[in-house]
Amino acid sequence: MDFLADALRQALLLLVSPDAELLGIIALSLAVSGSAVVAATVLALPFASVLAFKRFPLKGGLLSLMNTFMGLPPVVVGLLVFLIFSRSGPLGFLELIYTPYVMVIAQFILAFPIVTAISHSAVVGVDPAVIDAAKTLGATPFQKTITIFKEARYGILSGVMAALGRVMAEVGAVLIVGGNIRGYTRVMTTTIALEADKGDFELAIALGIVLLAVSLLINSVLYYLQRKGKRQ
Amino acid sequence: MSLVLKAEGLWKSYGQKAVLKGITYTFSPNRIYALMGPNGSGKSTLLRILSLLDPADEGRVIYTDGASTPLEHDIALRRRITLLLPDIGLFNASVLSNASYGLRVRGVKGKEAKKRALKALSLVGLEQKHRQNALTLSSGEAQRLALARALAVEPDVLFLDEPTASVDAENTGVIEKIILEMKGRRSIILSTHDEAQARRLADVVLYLKDGLIYEG
Ligand SMILES: Nc1ncnc2c1ncn2[C@@H]1O[C@H](COP(=O)(O)OP(=O)(O)OP(=O)(O)O)[C@@H](O)[C@H]1O
Ligand SMILES: [Mg+2]
Repeated sequence: MDFLADALRQALLLLVSPDAELLGIIALSLAVSGSAVVAATVLALPFASVLAFKRFPLKGGLLSLMNTFMGLPPVVVGLLVFLIFSRSGPLGFLELIYTPYVMVIAQFILAFPIVTAISHSAVVGVDPAVIDAAKTLGATPFQKTITIFKEARYGILSGVMAALGRVMAEVGAVLIVGGNIRGYTRVMTTTIALEADKGDFELAIALGIVLLAVSLLINSVLYYLQRKGKRQ
Repeated sequence: MSLVLKAEGLWKSYGQKAVLKGITYTFSPNRIYALMGPNGSGKSTLLRILSLLDPADEGRVIYTDGASTPLEHDIALRRRITLLLPDIGLFNASVLSNASYGLRVRGVKGKEAKKRALKALSLVGLEQKHRQNALTLSSGEAQRLALARALAVEPDVLFLDEPTASVDAENTGVIEKIILEMKGRRSIILSTHDEAQARRLADVVLYLKDGLIYEG
């Protein structure tokens, strides 16, 4: 008990006056996961709109693939990306392995199906009368698409937040491809795993609290968005 | 500019069931037509085809303006006509933003679009509520907003699919007055189940029966 209380007290002290290492780890987590989700969103939105509005062969298959991939195991993604980017892998010459960039790539792969699948269902859920209204009020096909995305905004944002929550919390993928290098590729989750393993709990607990706070924040935003979306 | 609208042999089927069976009719410019017919007779189907929202299975919708060659069914023509939908389809945005939508997609800039949208809103008595979210309007207000949104784009041909359905007597009066004030200035083709309303508003009353159109 003493030991636990002591670790917690140390962790809180660290949170009150954070050192450069703690801040660096938090910043890298946010930067890696944030970039992954932004990139995933930029590519997922046009993809979701193609899935929603165009007819083509294998569309149904692609959709169920996206839905299945929403639950991709991070370790498997990490392994796959590692095999591709490791020194002897097909993209090894890029020398990205054990850098934050390849961590972004791995988390992008985790985030993309989530944003795609949730945006897709938000977009196909838009009231057909709204789409007709856009058309008959003189929107071009592109303007109509923008209007549909605006109508689906709360659903799409829920997808973005869900993806952010997932990649912020995952450890398997970034651990394998980033290598958990101190001061370079160490993020919140991998640091917690390592420090706990070493028996150094104060940094682990401090990061755990930050991670919980982030996830609480993400979930509050999600809850808010879903309530806003339901009001329609 | 006024547009002549010709329906030429329009057919439309859903599955095995033919709803329109060769509708041929010429709508003269700047007149008001009321389209009547029982539930399911194809009024909405016809209005959607004439307003270029849906294609017909067979036949042609021909718009001409002065010259004898039909106009392309392009965005320029589509922006001269608009349809008030029976299920309205308001955007999840402010009343003002709904009213200015058609202007904004036409490239009308912020201030001017706002001015013209507010003018359309004042016609239907909604300018006080321009900041409110459109989805929180009562159904009568929603119907008036949909009308304002259509009026804001100043269409040459205005299609109204049951413009006073689910609207109380007072608001029906407001909407009818607006329609009558446009008489002679643009073509209006409206559907209604109210024979007396058809007589009050229209220059020509049309009946849809068994997939064909009759003047009454
Ligand atoms: N998208 C659709 N799919 C299948 N059937 C349809 C579709 N749209 C319309 N119909 C059918 O076509 C027929 C004509 O419908 P329409 O809505 O044009 O009638 P209406 O005259 O407008 O009726 P109401 O007075 O009830 O509005 C109906 O039998 C309807 O069930
Ligand atoms: Mg109808």
